Amino acid sequence: MPKSLISIHDFSKDEMLHILDMAAKFEANPFQTILKGKVVACIFFEPSTRTRLSFETAANRLGARIIGFSDADNTSVSKGETLKDTIKMVSNYADLIIMRHPLEGSARYASEVSGVPVINAGDGANQHPSQTLLDLYSIFKTQGRLSDLSINMVGDLKYGRTVHSLLQAMSHFSPLFTFTAPDELMMPQEYKKYLLSKGISYRETKELTEYLNDTDILYMTRVQQERFLDPIEYERVKNVYSLNASMLDGCRSNMRILHPLPRVNEISTDVDSSEHAYYFEQARNGVFTRMAIIAYLLGKEI
Amino acid sequence: MEKHLKVSAIKNGTVLDHIPAEQLFNVIDILRLYTIDKQVTFGTNLESKLLGKKAIIKISDKWFKDDEINKIALIAPQAKINIIKDFEVVEKKVITIPETIRGIVKCMNPMCVTNHQPVTTIFTTIAVEPEIQLLCHYCEKITDNKNLKIISNY
Ligand SMILES: [Zn+2]
Repeated sequence: MPKSLISIHDFSKDEMLHILDMAAKFEANPFQTILKGKVVACIFFEPSTRTRLSFETAANRLGARIIGFSDADNTSVSKGETLKDTIKMVSNYADLIIMRHPLEGSARYASEVSGVPVINAGDGANQHPSQTLLDLYSIFKTQGRLSDLSINMVGDLKYGRTVHSLLQAMSHFSPLFTFTAPDELMMPQEYKKYLLSKGISYRETKELTEYLNDTDILYMTRVQQERFLDPIEYERVKNVYSLNASMLDGCRSNMRILHPLPRVNEISTDVDSSEHAYYFEQARNGVFTRMAIIAYLLGKEI
Repeated sequence: MEKHLKVSAIKNGTVLDHIPAEQLFNVIDILRLYTIDKQVTFGTNLESKLLGKKAIIKISDKWFKDDEINKIALIAPQAKINIIKDFEVVEKKVITIPETIRGIVKCMNPMCVTNHQPVTTIFTTIAVEPEIQLLCHYCEKITDNKNLKIISNY
């Protein structure tokens, strides 16, 4: 079975650092068409324009050709073809498959039936490892290191898969975690146990401003209405977890704000012009990180 | 010794005792006892100090491999396995929950690929005490004791 990237656990600490190193090289010189003659399949069983464009840009920059579909409606899938048959067919045509699918575990299954590497571009609420690697790259770029940082995660820490993956990936680098969340959306017990087992400390708060001044990375996430039974409670939480420029006065000069985007109202637009805002550059970093992942899985070194 | 055997003794074979009564047919299913051509006798809703109501299965001239018999540990953790030769118990086996479980258990996550595509489930046993916790190889979610459902072979 060729090496795939399905879950952040699939990459060791050294492999993650290697990906970041390659991403930096691609950023320094984005014109490296080392995948000329290769075919990359982007198969999206549910639409996600943002992720698809980022991956397709990455594959294009590497000189690969792209085939695929952007939602399953007009394909053989909608005619009842099994996932296995679709993957078998596509892996006959392509050198690498980038897949997004609403079912959890679908990407792992695809990597087991595919003859070529698979990159998981999101399997339902489960994993989205390229997002985690681009987050790591953004943290590394803004802080100059990954180790011993104060990482403050804010918002939906219960359901947010990006924070869970980032937590696991950062656990290699002895961080101090802060979990800022309302009661309804607190970091689940299983992740706190995981941190304890690795000897990593964390603190929890409901107040966004409480630990803001000793934070290096402020990782904001979207608080989604559908997580709340009570619409009044949602309104309250939404307003409490909204960052604005006046809150940033006392924070560290190296502090940077990350957000997987799209944002709704977690970050007020008056933060955008602050030196602490980094979420748009973060999205740009995604292309270099994905170039690195694709090249690495196809055995190309730069 | 039982004074009056509710299920008659066998000369050679395997006796599975202390099965929770409600799990009898799941045990038969997991071990695929309906496919073997040897004598199988069973009794259920028998009195048990340990379980309240228990079931017992006796299979003549049949011995199981450990990894085969361990599959029932998920639903009958207190089961006692006696190997019979010439009407005597020659070996008692303790069953343990396997580290990897293929098939048998259904993933409790309704969005898991194994509940929508023809995929055999695979779990890693991550805890046995105080309750069984199985980690799904595909969706990476945990199925625990309370939500443990057996996939029927039928
Ligand atoms: Zn599952």
